[in-house]
Amino acid sequence: MGKVLELEKVYKSYKLGFIPKKKPVLKGVSFHVNEGEIFGYLGPNGAGKTTTIKCILNLIFPDSGQITIFGEDSLKPKARRRVGFLPENPYFYDYLTGREFLTFYADLLGLHGRAKQEKIGYLLKLVGMERAAELQLRKYSRGMLQRIGLAQALLNDPALVILDEPMGGLDPIGRKEFRDIIVNLKKEGKTVFLSSHILQDIEMICDRVAIILAGEIINQGYLGDLISEKVLYTEITVAGVPEVDFRHLGESVSSSSDRVLLKVYEEDNIEKVIQLVQQKKGKIVSLVPRTETLEDIFVNMVKNQ
Amino acid sequence: MKITTIARNTFKEAKRDRVLYLLFFFAAGCLLFSRFLALLTVGDRIKIIKDVGLASISLFGMLMAILMGTGLVYKEIDKKTIFTLLAKPIHRVEFLLGKFLGLVLTIFIMTGLMAAVFLLILFLHTFTVEWKILLAILYIFFELCLMTAVALLFSTFTTPILASLYSLGFYLIGHLSWSMEMLIKKVKSGAGRAALQVLYIVLPDLENFNFKTEVVHNLPIPAKLLGISFLYGVVYTAFILLLAMLVFRRRDFI
Repeated sequence: MGKVLELEKVYKSYKLGFIPKKKPVLKGVSFHVNEGEIFGYLGPNGAGKTTTIKCILNLIFPDSGQITIFGEDSLKPKARRRVGFLPENPYFYDYLTGREFLTFYADLLGLHGRAKQEKIGYLLKLVGMERAAELQLRKYSRGMLQRIGLAQALLNDPALVILDEPMGGLDPIGRKEFRDIIVNLKKEGKTVFLSSHILQDIEMICDRVAIILAGEIINQGYLGDLISEKVLYTEITVAGVPEVDFRHLGESVSSSSDRVLLKVYEEDNIEKVIQLVQQKKGKIVSLVPRTETLEDIFVNMVKNQ
Repeated sequence: MKITTIARNTFKEAKRDRVLYLLFFFAAGCLLFSRFLALLTVGDRIKIIKDVGLASISLFGMLMAILMGTGLVYKEIDKKTIFTLLAKPIHRVEFLLGKFLGLVLTIFIMTGLMAAVFLLILFLHTFTVEWKILLAILYIFFELCLMTAVALLFSTFTTPILASLYSLGFYLIGHLSWSMEMLIKKVKSGAGRAALQVLYIVLPDLENFNFKTEVVHNLPIPAKLLGISFLYGVVYTAFILLLAMLVFRRRDFI
């Protein structure tokens, strides 16, 4: 698998204040993105995710370090020929309609004639914006802007799609649809670079991740390698048995009128809980073993740092 | 192709700017006012109409170039529309040139409209079409192209208010610097004179584009002078655009 994107010891600092003072934002960021994978770029707000993306796209210039896209130096405009980008908050010309907006970018990318119209029609359908195509962008909701922004990012049929917090302003259905689109992009052979702080999204669709904190990559690798398969505890929901009967077997998380949610840490105790429920003629509503999540790893790392 | 696409979009954006129409109506108002001013004048009334008319086109054209030019790039950065644009495989120079040409097109159309109103007022007064007046307006347009480049240069690194003030300063210096030519003649040759000469070359001389007096008083204009003024405009505009590109080329968009 070839490297689509590679960052090597990228440093960036901003000069802020009336008397300019250097504030380091990226402190030697290095990682690479392989061809055909969905790469998750994870970090809390202000960690340097967007700054990294801006460096990749030449919107800001690193103080030092090397960035290559498809083996080309990112400083050359032709390196971005096969790149699609959706910014964090979609800022577009709000006086254009959805179709005019896509036409403008298609013209910039050198598309014309029937191919241009077909591509725009296809993308409007893909992101579910056919009905709003003739509406001015100023009348779009945040979610609609994200969708039309994604269509804009896919106009040049990019081999690398960079998405900065793409699911930020979306409702649950919108997020699911966006996830499906991203997974489909991978199926089409495209590489996706996905920056987010929504861990569930990353966990669901990403192959590899890099975690950035205060401008430094603190961990990176395959998701399977980062998250252990070990069961941390088992969540058991029981009905018809009072909470007090389970106190010696596990931790009671919540209890309503006749239901108790238990956190059982020892494997032997699970069997004991089941036997107790059978004896008391109660009912097991659910039994869910909980493995480590990306959230657990992330929270631990942030705390340790 | 990329430059024309950006220019077209800039024109589309400029067309929506209310300031443009406000200034046009003010200009049209001043052109009409010149007709009434002529009534109060003793002597050649037509000269007053021509004088006030050309000055109005020059003044309001300059305000259009400055007010719209200074907001041009700043708005793109402020509203962050520049992010998606520059993430495409386009060069920053193409972006800047597209913006410049889009505004030049807007200024050309607005100057044309003001000229049409002006010629109509003149026609209603004299019942003849004075084509020579268009020569003076053409050179006003060249001056406005230069002012657009200046406004664009300032808008690449500062806010619209400051950029407008700087551009206005450039305009005032440009219209007063011709007096330095006289000063140079009067200073004895030496270091002082050489320094003044360098300063005169660097500072803009917008009076090079002023053919109003010649047109109004029907004086002959040597073709050589027209050629030199045109060349001066092209070279100075290119120089200012080059400076703008140098500033813009390495700018961070935070």
